[in-house]
Amino acid sequence: MDFSVEIALTVNGLPVRRRVEPRQSLADFLRYELELTGSHLGCEHGACGACTVRVDGTPVRGCLMLAVQADGSRVDTIEGIAASGELGDLQRAFAEENALQCGFCTPGMLLTAQEILRRNPRADDVEIREGLSGNYCRCTGYHAIVQAVLRAGGDRGKGQP
Amino acid sequence: MSAEPARITEGESYIGRSVIRPQTARLLAGRGVFTDDVTLPRMTHVAFARSPHAHARIGAIDAAAARALPGVIAVVTGEELARVCDGWVGTLAHFQGMKSATQRALAIGKASWQGEPVVAVVAESRAIAEDGVARVAVEWEPLPAVTDPETALDPATPLIHPELGDNLVFSLELKAGDVEEAFREADCVYADTFRMGRHTAVTLEPRTILADFDPTEQQLTVYHSFQAPHMMQDILARHLRLPEHHVRVICRDVGGSFGLKVHIYPDEVAACALAVLLGRPVKFTADRVESFVSDIHARDHRVRAEIAVKRDGTILGMRVDDLTGIGPYSVYPRTSAVEGNQTVRLTPSLYRFRHYAARLSVVLQNKTPMCQYRAVGHPVAFAIMEGMVDRVARELSLDPVEVRRRNLVTQDMYPHTTQTGYFFERLSLEECLDKLLELADYRRLCAERDLLRARGIYRGLGLCGFVELTTPGPAFYGVGGARISSQDGCTIRLEPSGTVTCMTGVTEQGQGTDTMIAQVVATAVGVPMEHVRVLTGDTMVTPYGGGTWASRGAGIGGEAALQSGKALKENILKVAAAILGGEPMDLDVRRGAVVDADTGEVRLPLAELGRIAYFRPDTLPKDFQSELTVTRHYVPRHQGFAFTNGIQLSHVEVDVETGFVRLLKHWVVEDCGRIINPRLVDEQLRGAIVQGIGAALWEHCVYDDQGQLLTGTLMDYLVPMAPEIPDIVVGHVETPTAYAEGGFKGAGEAGTAGAPGAVLNAVNDALAPFGARLTAQPITPGDVLRALGKL
Repeated sequence: MDFSVEIALTVNGLPVRRRVEPRQSLADFLRYELELTGSHLGCEHGACGACTVRVDGTPVRGCLMLAVQADGSRVDTIEGIAASGELGDLQRAFAEENALQCGFCTPGMLLTAQEILRRNPRADDVEIREGLSGNYCRCTGYHAIVQAVLRAGGDRGKGQP
Repeated sequence: MSAEPARITEGESYIGRSVIRPQTARLLAGRGVFTDDVTLPRMTHVAFARSPHAHARIGAIDAAAARALPGVIAVVTGEELARVCDGWVGTLAHFQGMKSATQRALAIGKASWQGEPVVAVVAESRAIAEDGVARVAVEWEPLPAVTDPETALDPATPLIHPELGDNLVFSLELKAGDVEEAFREADCVYADTFRMGRHTAVTLEPRTILADFDPTEQQLTVYHSFQAPHMMQDILARHLRLPEHHVRVICRDVGGSFGLKVHIYPDEVAACALAVLLGRPVKFTADRVESFVSDIHARDHRVRAEIAVKRDGTILGMRVDDLTGIGPYSVYPRTSAVEGNQTVRLTPSLYRFRHYAARLSVVLQNKTPMCQYRAVGHPVAFAIMEGMVDRVARELSLDPVEVRRRNLVTQDMYPHTTQTGYFFERLSLEECLDKLLELADYRRLCAERDLLRARGIYRGLGLCGFVELTTPGPAFYGVGGARISSQDGCTIRLEPSGTVTCMTGVTEQGQGTDTMIAQVVATAVGVPMEHVRVLTGDTMVTPYGGGTWASRGAGIGGEAALQSGKALKENILKVAAAILGGEPMDLDVRRGAVVDADTGEVRLPLAELGRIAYFRPDTLPKDFQSELTVTRHYVPRHQGFAFTNGIQLSHVEVDVETGFVRLLKHWVVEDCGRIINPRLVDEQLRGAIVQGIGAALWEHCVYDDQGQLLTGTLMDYLVPMAPEIPDIVVGHVETPTAYAEGGFKGAGEAGTAGAPGAVLNAVNDALAPFGARLTAQPITPGDVLRALGKL
């Protein structure tokens, strides 16, 4: 029996219209229907944060949201957000601090880091570590990631009163 | 230290510089290509019906409902798959008496652990394949599960594989000196039983494989998230009965490995066999829940240790009895005996005492198979040794630092052979200890700890020295009959434009192998690093090699790259001399140009040399042939392993009301020989330390007595997260190996080797005022409260 539903949404600024199965997660939809493979699946039960994307500007776990729930929404993935240049300073800081090794957690880590700095560019070590607590990294031990976010935040904070 | 961009303006060497990894740019833009990101035409997906029982006979399999499901392409049982795929036995000949049973891609007749793959369902999508799995009906006849290693060898315990005669995989007795005499002479003898829990690697990218078979060419092409592509090529060729040169294994981006992705997994072999059976691509991507029951687990040791000492803390001798449970099969092809073997051999190695006796028993269980994970055996060995040293210090009211100094192998003893036969060319145990104490301001921290105790704040400091076995030669696996290469090659080609393409047998999983190789090649050839491109992980393209494991990338791959780069430079200079006249020895290559060796004056840019050599060789002498692609190989020939060493310090605070352990800070001083990229080494150490901390405090594969895994999701199995991890301070000592020109050794596992022991000792130091002491990991709040008599 075909339960599929038509959805229309905006993904990385472009309109998308697809029929999807109601059970398909947003992450699977992005990865396998739209071939946006930058969002990764590390656990598929909401623990690791590798599938983080933005829905209407808010970071969400793509594995805990169904594609049908994104109907009518604006979805931004690492591919679109990176191409926009929005993450330039964070990406530079991550590269300079070697805040990524295998790179599998990195897209989710960047989006979460961006959200931490959006809320408070002057976030300190403790605030950054708390903010990153929903994103697992198995390679770095987090030290370099925290340093990278601190560095990018410091540079952004300089421009502010 | 501050990071430097890849461009180099002064000096000729990239060795010792923290250059930025050029490969990170695409990973930071979501443009990585992990195996699950690859799709092929006519691709199918496989999911597995896995055993829900730890031990059960497989009765009738009814696959009709699964086959009837639209989108299901095939349902395949163990017997059917065995027609194209031979089983395997995970033993090594140099482990005398070792035995294991034949393991198959899909279980036949009997399942031996909860999670063992039994039936494969291939479908148009992963979701449909899983729907199919739910419709496969297996008649299970549950059998008693063997779960406790302590009773695995009792006559009353059922046999997991009756054909083996017992549940013993391997046993070993080591004797050095006269340990009985040492214990008779001792002023004091202390005994403890350590329990090091089962845990697992949890690579954030789960295991993934995509196999494509073209029957017209008998060509199997496999995309694999893996560390050792040539090993996989060999094994797939032999077990799927294909010619070796018709199997190509490609490893694109690998999302973490840590030793987990270097073993043969039945579900991955099954995916390849299914591709052969179906003649079309088959993808298998483990989900996290099946990862927990199908990825290798690690550790699971019960070690009884006894130490004989004089009243001044001098160690006279030690006895160790290690019992380890490895699941129902020794894992192919590296075996599950290596961990225990290294544990009992490494335990005494930091210290001078000569009287040592060890017993190892490796037994079967109906649990997920256990095998090598980062730092194989080391974390167990050094948690025990350093735990016993701290016990001695506490019992005799001695300073833990002084007990170590009194017993360490000293600078004047090298080259040194340990009690169990390991050869140490030269280590820096005392220097690392001194440097660590200074780096951490250890004495001030001790004073602060003592002051705070008076105020009811319980902090502890824990030291853990270690050596790390790196850069293994053929004695590791080759002599035991495993077809695992200990040599690696590096091919370098000068492109006509003067840039350099490099192909290496060692592989990249995030360590920065590509960058490290590029640094060595750029330095050896004399070109800017941005002119070097490194390719890894393709058996059809790269020179034959072992891949990356046992901290061999820099020591073996780095040396091969150095020799290859030097050879290319020599050939470039021959071409230059043929073009310019004169002698090659009067020329040099610097910053991408042939220069006058004395004055540094540019004589010929490499782009011009390349143009002439490739497109106008008619202008060169008739008897001259340029060779601008070279390959050099390297295998360690002069020592079995290049040992490295270091020491860690953990600083913790224990809440004696709740039992919670808070990590305050962690230090390490490590010596991995000549450092190619300090930042990459620092980050290897930090990442590895956090994996060791995870094992010490949180990570645990908990089973019930029926062999059911109780910690099968990331909600139950606790992986370290950012808030609980402290800052980690890293210091270095550099003692290059003299056996290889580069002087490089390995650094990938040192952090994990020492972290669990450091944390255990720190917690015990914090609990010292209560006379409490723990000897089991992970250390839970409940364990702390029990030790304090509060539970």
